[in-house]
Amino acid sequence: MRERLARLEQRRAWLYAAPATVLMLVFVLLPITAVTAISLTDWQLGARDFSFQGITNYVEMFRDRVFWKSLGNTFAYVAYYVPASIVLALALAIAVEASGPLRGFYRTAFFLPVATTFVAMAVVWEFMLHPDLGLVTIALTAIGLPKENWLGMPDTVLMALAAIGIWLRLGFYMVLFIAGLRSIPRELYEAAAVDGASTPWRRFRLVTWPMLAPTTLFVAVIALIQSFQVFETVAVLTRGGPSKSSEVLLYTMYTEAFTFLRTAYASSITVVFMLIVFAITIVKTRLLEPRIHYK
Amino acid sequence: MSRSFQRRLMGWLLHAVLAVAAFVVLLPLIWMVSTSFKTLPEIMSGELNLIPQHWAALENYAKAVGTVPVLRFMFNGLVVSAAILALQLLVAIPAAYALAKLRWRGRNAFLATILLCLMVPHQAPAIPVYIGLHTVGLINTYTALIAPFAFSAFGIFLLRQYFMTIPDDLIHAGRIDGMSESAILWRVVTPTAAPAIVAFAVFSVIAHWNDLFWPLIVVTTPELATPPRGIVFFRNDEFGTDYGAMMAMTVIVTLPLVLLFLLMQRRFVDGITMSGLKG
Repeated sequence: MRERLARLEQRRAWLYAAPATVLMLVFVLLPITAVTAISLTDWQLGARDFSFQGITNYVEMFRDRVFWKSLGNTFAYVAYYVPASIVLALALAIAVEASGPLRGFYRTAFFLPVATTFVAMAVVWEFMLHPDLGLVTIALTAIGLPKENWLGMPDTVLMALAAIGIWLRLGFYMVLFIAGLRSIPRELYEAAAVDGASTPWRRFRLVTWPMLAPTTLFVAVIALIQSFQVFETVAVLTRGGPSKSSEVLLYTMYTEAFTFLRTAYASSITVVFMLIVFAITIVKTRLLEPRIHYK
Repeated sequence: MSRSFQRRLMGWLLHAVLAVAAFVVLLPLIWMVSTSFKTLPEIMSGELNLIPQHWAALENYAKAVGTVPVLRFMFNGLVVSAAILALQLLVAIPAAYALAKLRWRGRNAFLATILLCLMVPHQAPAIPVYIGLHTVGLINTYTALIAPFAFSAFGIFLLRQYFMTIPDDLIHAGRIDGMSESAILWRVVTPTAAPAIVAFAVFSVIAHWNDLFWPLIVVTTPELATPPRGIVFFRNDEFGTDYGAMMAMTVIVTLPLVLLFLLMQRRFVDGITMSGLKG
C-alpha cells in the first residue's frame, strides 16, 4: 500500500515537472548548447552547409577592434553606473528614512521612474538632451557648462546613457537600501551615541555603513548585472554611435546576428557574454548566499 | 545657537534637499506631460515653460493616436505580457509544488538544473531560438513573442521557496477531506501563495512590457509590435521633429504601468524588490 502510494507520488511529480522540463530544454538548455556549437562553425542563417572551424570565430573576435571597443565600452558604462547608483541610492534612502511624515511621498516620487515604460522614457531623455531645445542642455548651459550634444559626442555618450540608466533604476536600489536600513537595530545607534558618536556622519561611519555592508554588496552586484546587460537605450538612442563609441556587448551581438547575419560570429560573442554573466553570478552566490539555505 | 534650533534647521535643510531631488527625478515625467500639451512653435522657441502658453493638447494626442497605431501597440503589449504571465504560472506552480512538497527521484537534479537556468541571461538563447522559430515559420506571430518565456526558472524557484513554508498539515487536511491531488494543488496550495504570485506577476509584467530585445528580433511588422518595439518603428519616420505628438505618444504608453503603480504601490514595490533575487 505504502509502496503503491510512493509510486503514485513519483508519477504525479514527474507529471507536474514535465511541462517545465520540456520548455526548459527547448528554450534554454538546448539553445545555449546550440549557440556554443554554432560558435565553433562557419554557419550562417539560411545556409545549407557549414563546416567545423574550431576556435576560428574566437580568434577573429579577439583580433577584432570593434569587439574590444564594445567590451571596453560595456565595462566603462558599468564603471559609471554602479558607483554612482550606490552612492545616490544610499544617500536618498537615508534622507528619505529620516524625513518623517513625508517619507511615503518621497519614496513614491523616487520610485516612480521604475514604473515607467523604459523605451518611452529613453525617447523623452533624448528630447531633454536635444542640443538646442533640450531642458537639460539649457539648464547645464545656464550653470556655465558648454552647450553640447551630450549623446552625440564620443567622450560623453556613455556617461549620458549611464545617467539615463541610473535615473530609470535609482528608485529600485533605494528601496533595497531602505529595507537594509530598517533591519539595523535601533539600540546600535543608542550605543554609538553613548560611546560619543555625536554627529550624524560619525553614526553613519560607526553603525550604518558596516551594518549595511551586505545590502551594499547585494545592490552592487545587481547593478553590475543590470548595467552589463545595457541594450535598450543604445538600440533606441545611439545605435552604438557616434563612431562605435557607445557600442556595447549585447548591441554588438544583436547587430552581428540580426543585421549582418553573421550567425556563427554572433554566437561566439553570445558565449563570451554568457560566460561573463556566469562569472558575476558565481561570485555573487559565493559572496552573498552563505546565509541563504536551499534545503 | 540652541540645540533644538539646530535640529530644526537640519530638518528644514533635509526637506529642502529632498524636495529638490524629488523635483529633479520627476522632471522628465513632468516635462514629458508639459511638452505633450504644447504647440510646436512654443517647443521650438526653446522657452522653458512648465505650463504651456499655447495649448495644443488635443491636436498632439489626436496626432499620436492617428498617425501611429499606438493603441494597437498597447493591446499587443497587454496580450503578450498577460499570456506570458498566465503560461509561466501554469507551468511554474505544479513544478514548484513537485519540488517543495513531493518526494521523487530526480528532484535534486531538477532543482540543480533550475538553479543553473537562473544564471542564464535571457538573451543567451536568442540566436538558436530565433533559428528554430524561423524554421517552423513562426516569426511575426504572437507565439514567437510569448512561447520562449513560458518557462521561468525564477518563477519556479520563487514559488518553490514559498511553497516550502506552507505546512504539510494543510495538504494532509485536504487529503482527509477527500480532495483530489490536483484540487489540493490549485485550490488549497495556490491561493495560500497569493502574495508570492502577485509579486512575481508584477515582476514578470514589468519585464515583458518593457522588453525590447526579443520583440526587435522576432517582430518586423507594426501590427504585432509591443510598445517598446512600436516606438522604435515610428519614432523618427512619422514624427520627425514633432516633439509634441511624440511626447503625447510616450505619455500614452507610459500611463498604464504608472497608474497601476500608484494604485497598488506596496505590491508593486514588493514585486520589484523580489526581482533583486534574480538580478
